[in-house]
Amino acid sequence: MKYLDEYRDPALARKISRAIHRITTKPHVIMEICGGQTHAIVKFGVDVLLPGQITLVHGPGCPVCVTPLELIDKALDIAARPEVIFCSFGDMLRVPGSGKDLLTVKAEGGDVRIVYSPLDALSLAKANPSRQVVFFAIGFETTAPGNAMAVYQAYQQQIKNFFMLVSHVLVPPAMRAILSSPQNRVEGFLAAGHVCAVMGYEEYIPIAREFKVPIVVTGFEPLDILQGILMVVRQLEQGRYEVENQYSRAVKRGGNAPAQEIIKEVFEVAPRKWRGVGDIPHSGLKLREQYQSFDAEGRFGLSGMTREEPEECISGLILQGLKKPGECPAFGQRCTPQHPLGATMVSSEGACAAYYRYRRFTDFGKPRERGVIS
Amino acid sequence: MHEMISGVFHAAFQNPMLDTRHDAAVLASPGQRLAFTTDSYVVHPLFFPGGDIGSLAVYGTVNDLAMSGARPLFISTGFIIEEGLPMETLVRIARSMSAAAQKACVQIVTGDTKVVERGKGDGVYINTAGIGVLEHDSVISPLEVRPGDLILVNGDLGRHGMAVMASREGLEYESEITSDSAPLATLVQKLMGAGVPLHCLRDITRGGLSATLNEIAEAAGLNFLIEEDLIPVRADVRGACEILGLDPLYVACEGRLVLFIPEPHLKQALAVLRDDPCGKQAAVIGRVRGPDPRGLVCSLSPIGVERVLDMLSGEQLPRIC
Repeated sequence: MKYLDEYRDPALARKISRAIHRITTKPHVIMEICGGQTHAIVKFGVDVLLPGQITLVHGPGCPVCVTPLELIDKALDIAARPEVIFCSFGDMLRVPGSGKDLLTVKAEGGDVRIVYSPLDALSLAKANPSRQVVFFAIGFETTAPGNAMAVYQAYQQQIKNFFMLVSHVLVPPAMRAILSSPQNRVEGFLAAGHVCAVMGYEEYIPIAREFKVPIVVTGFEPLDILQGILMVVRQLEQGRYEVENQYSRAVKRGGNAPAQEIIKEVFEVAPRKWRGVGDIPHSGLKLREQYQSFDAEGRFGLSGMTREEPEECISGLILQGLKKPGECPAFGQRCTPQHPLGATMVSSEGACAAYYRYRRFTDFGKPRERGVIS
Repeated sequence: MHEMISGVFHAAFQNPMLDTRHDAAVLASPGQRLAFTTDSYVVHPLFFPGGDIGSLAVYGTVNDLAMSGARPLFISTGFIIEEGLPMETLVRIARSMSAAAQKACVQIVTGDTKVVERGKGDGVYINTAGIGVLEHDSVISPLEVRPGDLILVNGDLGRHGMAVMASREGLEYESEITSDSAPLATLVQKLMGAGVPLHCLRDITRGGLSATLNEIAEAAGLNFLIEEDLIPVRADVRGACEILGLDPLYVACEGRLVLFIPEPHLKQALAVLRDDPCGKQAAVIGRVRGPDPRGLVCSLSPIGVERVLDMLSGEQLPRIC
C-alpha cells in the first residue's frame, strides 16, 4: 500500500540498521518524544535492529498518559451528570481515574460518546440544545488546532451549550524540563513529526543550541524511525547538535500557519501538571479570557479538585528517560493494562503498555530471518 | 402479532416444517452425529454495506456449525422487536434472511417474536439456534492441532468490522468497504470432500484474527508463529485502520475462517479454497511451532522482528492522534 509499504521495507530497514552499526563508536541515549513512535518501535522491533551501545528511552509524548488524574476525575464527574453529553476520543474511555473510567460511567447511565473530531461534538451541541455537550480536549499541538476551531466556531455561532474540558500540553517545555534535570541522560531526540507538521521546527533550534543536543524531526513508520536514529547518531558521533528534518514529506520549517493562528486565537500558554511528571511551567494551553465561557471546569465548578498518584508507580522516571519499563518491580505483576498503577500503563501508547503488550516474555525482541513459514 | 408472523415471517421463510404452524418443528435426522449451536445478533446499524442483521444471523449460525465440519440443516430465529420498528424494516430483514438461508442451503424451521417497549431495544435483536449433521468421523478441534501444521485464512481480513464502523459513525472512505459476510459451510464441505485433513477450523469474528488464534493456541497449549506480511488485508481497509489507529488483526470478519492443516496437504487445500468464491484470496499466514503452556501467538513484523500477538481485553478504541 502506497505511503506505508515503502516505509516498512525489510531490505531497506537492514540497510539503515547496518549504517547505524557502522558509524556507532560509543554509547548514546536517544529519546523518542511521541507515544506513537514508542508504540511503532516496540511493535515492529526497531530497537532490536540497533547496536547494543544505543539505548532508546521513551518520552512523555503520549497524551492519554500525561493527562493528570484529577482531570480524569473531573471528566468522570461531568460525564455522570444527567444534563451532559460527554464526548471524547476513544482511547480516553478506558483510562482509570481514582475510582472508575468513562466506560463505567457510560454503563452506569452517563451519556458518554466517542467522537472522531471536536466538530462532531459541536454538531451534537447544536442538535441537542437542551443538553450540555462537553468535549474532552486533550493532546499536544497536534489536536490543538481542531479543538481551537471547534471553540472558535461555537463562539461565532453563539452556541451556549458547548464546553471543553481542556488539558492541552506542549512538547518543547517538556523537553526543556527533561534536559534541565540533574539526572538527565538523554543526548539526542527524535522530535514528533506530526507535532512539527503543525508547529514547524524553529522552536527546537534554541533547545538544540542551549543543551547541545541533536534533534531530528521524525516520522512514524519503522524506516522513518531508523533513519531519524541514524541522523541523530551521525550528529552525536560528529559532535554536532542541530535540528534536522527526516520527515520532510510532511513537515516544513515554518509548519502550518493557519493551524498556528487558530491555536493562538483561542488558547494561551499556561502552566500544566503532567501525569507522572508534575508541574511544568509554560507547558500547556488554556482558553483565552474571551473564550472562558466555554471552559467546562468553570461551568461545572470543578477548578479546585486535586489528586495524588499511587507512590509505587515510577512512570515519572520512565517519561523522563531515567528508567525503562522492565526496571519497575511492579511491571506485569501488580501493574498491568487491566489494573494500571499509573500513567505509562494506562494507554496503548504508553511505554509500559507497549512493552507489556509486545515484549512481556523475555524470549522476544530478537531479530529473526524471515521465510520460516513457507 | 398474528398478522405480522404470517405476513412477514411465514411469507419469507415458507417450508413444509414451518408451514405446520405447530409449537415445534419435527425434523427428520439424516445422520448419527448432530452439531448444535446458538448465537445472538445485536449489530448497529441494522443495515450496512454488504449485509444486514438478518443475513448476518443466518451466516453466523451456519458458520458456527460449519466449523465442526457439519452440514447445516435447520435454523431457529427469535426476534426481539422494539416497539415502533417500521414494518418495512422487518420485511426487509426477513427477506434478507430468506435469501441468505437459500444461499447457505439451510431451512428456517421455527421461530418466535417478542415486542419490547420503545427505548428498551435497538430496533431488533435476533437470536438463532442451528442444527447440522456430521457426515464424517473426523474430529475438528483445537486439541487436534499438531506442531508443524500450517495456518491458513480464506481471504482478506477486517472488511466487516470497518464496514459496520463506517456506517455507524458516518465515516466516508474513498472507496466503499463492504462487509465480508458470507456462509462458509459449502467451502468446508468441499475441503472435506477433497480429503484435506482439517485439524482445526474457526471462523474469525469479534476480536479478529488475533482473538481467534489466541483462543486456539491457548486451548491447544501450542505456540504459533505468523508473518504479518503474509496476511491479506485490502489497501482500503489498511488505510482506514491507519487513520483511526486500529489494527486490522483485531477487526471483526463475518465470512472468514482460519484453517489448521498438515503441510503435505497445502497444495490441495489451496486449490479447493481458491476455486470457491469465499476462498479466492486464501493464503498461508503462519505455522504451528512446539508445545507452549502459555499458548502464545507470535508474529514476525515486516522488518523481521518477532513479538507477541496478544488478545485485546476489550474493543479497540480509535486513537487521539
